[in-house]
Amino acid sequence: MVIIVGVLYVLHQDFWFWRAAHSLVFGFLPVGLFYHACYTIATAVVMLLIVKHAWPTELEEQVGDEASGRAGEAPGHPLSASPLRPVARNKEDVEH
Amino acid sequence: MIPALVVFAYLGVVLYIGIFAFRKSRHREEAEDYFLANRSLGPYVFLFSLFGTNMTAFAILGSSGHAFNNGIVTFGLMASSSALIIPLSLFLIGTRVWALGKKYGFITPVQMFRDRWECSHIGTVIFVVQAALLIPYIIIGVMGGGTALGAISGGRVPYWFGGALVAMVVMSYVFFGGMRGTAWVNTFQTILFLCFGAIALIVIGIGMGGFQQSTEGLLGSPGTASLLSRERISPLFFFSYTFIPLSSIAFPHITIFCLTARKMNQFKKTVVLYPVCMLALWMPCVFLGVMANRATDVPKIQEKIEARRALATAGPTLSADERESLRQKTNGDDVLLLLLERYAPLWLAGLLGAGIMAAVMASDSQILALSTMFTEDVFAFYGGKKRFGEAAQVHTGRLFIVLITIFAYAVALRAPQNIFDLAVQYAFSGYSALSPLLVAALFWKRSTKWGALASTVWCALSVAAVAVFQYVVPAPAGPPVAMWSIDGVEVLTRTPGGTAVFGLMPVVPMTIVSALLLIVVSSLTSRPGDHTLKRYFQP
Repeated sequence: MVIIVGVLYVLHQDFWFWRAAHSLVFGFLPVGLFYHACYTIATAVVMLLIVKHAWPTELEEQVGDEASGRAGEAPGHPLSASPLRPVARNKEDVEH
Repeated sequence: MIPALVVFAYLGVVLYIGIFAFRKSRHREEAEDYFLANRSLGPYVFLFSLFGTNMTAFAILGSSGHAFNNGIVTFGLMASSSALIIPLSLFLIGTRVWALGKKYGFITPVQMFRDRWECSHIGTVIFVVQAALLIPYIIIGVMGGGTALGAISGGRVPYWFGGALVAMVVMSYVFFGGMRGTAWVNTFQTILFLCFGAIALIVIGIGMGGFQQSTEGLLGSPGTASLLSRERISPLFFFSYTFIPLSSIAFPHITIFCLTARKMNQFKKTVVLYPVCMLALWMPCVFLGVMANRATDVPKIQEKIEARRALATAGPTLSADERESLRQKTNGDDVLLLLLERYAPLWLAGLLGAGIMAAVMASDSQILALSTMFTEDVFAFYGGKKRFGEAAQVHTGRLFIVLITIFAYAVALRAPQNIFDLAVQYAFSGYSALSPLLVAALFWKRSTKWGALASTVWCALSVAAVAVFQYVVPAPAGPPVAMWSIDGVEVLTRTPGGTAVFGLMPVVPMTIVSALLLIVVSSLTSRPGDHTLKRYFQP
């Protein structure tokens, strides 16, 4: 996936169509613009592959079952309050 | 006046959605409900609202204006690069921010930084820099409202009234609806301006007698043929622009928005469909902007083309004031409005005008984000929540929304727009340079608060330095002027559109140096305790 994304990034720099003003697709669309329209669609396809094959499911597992919603509604409070949660800090805890 | 009436009706609908969201809220006095819609947004509201939040007035008016003067390069420069970088950053960073927010109850990125790097006042420094870079955005939103409403009504609605009306409507639905109201309004607006592109393309295309004839006309003239290629922009500049979309995930309103999803799965549709939305909105706007160069029967567009021609031929012989006056005349931000006025029937021009207003009013999320950051990172952090309670925190957030809107309106009435255009331009670079902070916090165990501080201070100083440089050194009329060279290599150059460092946009060195500072300073200082690291990095 990293390689595919890298290739996609390189393909964005299409210097080969840089000065191609006279090549038109469908008789009115400049080839440079057509290329980037196709590129954008290709990006959506790559994103679909990433979502299907590289989705970080472990993050959802870490958050736990409760986070996935209760009867269609998210929990109103954090699952496990961080001991260092800033809002709970006292003045004397701060640095300097 | 019909288009203006349609726009007024649209503003009424938007206001109603915000107040409806207020009525639907069951926990009005809870910060998480008001600022994050109780982390409960569904997949389509999440997609459309996030997309709408990212698309400001520039997406419709600015993109067509940029394409009018620079050609088709605008799409590759700003749209297709964002179509890759933004979904990728949502996938890599957004999902992790969401998971940590859900796990530890974070509402703002600064809360996460404070916890992750065991710091407090350094978090306040990050808050100040983020807020300073966000404020010009809010001001430009009010200005855009005044300008757009004036243009849509044919000059009948004065700037002061248009700006005040838009500011009041935005303030009201953010005030009452909080994140839920803002997200619903953004969803409605995004659907509206996504439809806008396709309809505008068809109506204007028919009005101009088909695009084939216009394209051939552009190719037939040596002055306009280059608009159909990318020769007006250098490949180095084109490359460096790919750093700009890094700013998206670092903008606090986007990071905060990542916390509103009900499930992590809701990122999936956004990641996949974001490029498609970019194509649907930007392609018509860029193409119509280029085609506007053939709208010879629109006198105001003709004036712009003549000003551009005068600047190109006689520019070096003109005084700085004359050049600036001509440069302002070439500004193409209103070409789409002018095309609609000429080719669309009145009622349709009104609907399309509402679509434009939808994009102009994107400052809602920034106002809410600033209020969220102030109440969480300053008010609550320095003891306000503990002393006065959670309800007082939400009231403070609402009061802050009123104050920031009044401030933005007062500044918008007095200050020239170009100053804020410039500030917004460098806000993007500043946020791109802040993006290493998120990457380091989420992926690099060894990163420290001192590394984060060094990176943040660098961002603030470099944005200020570039802004001062551009203010002190006027833009050249002709080719770029080298201000500092070493052995014939141009290090610092003043270009007609901005600044270049080794031929690259300033965002490139700003981001690279920011990342390097974070790495070097973190390596020299002690990392957070194991207890903190264990909570962020699973073994």
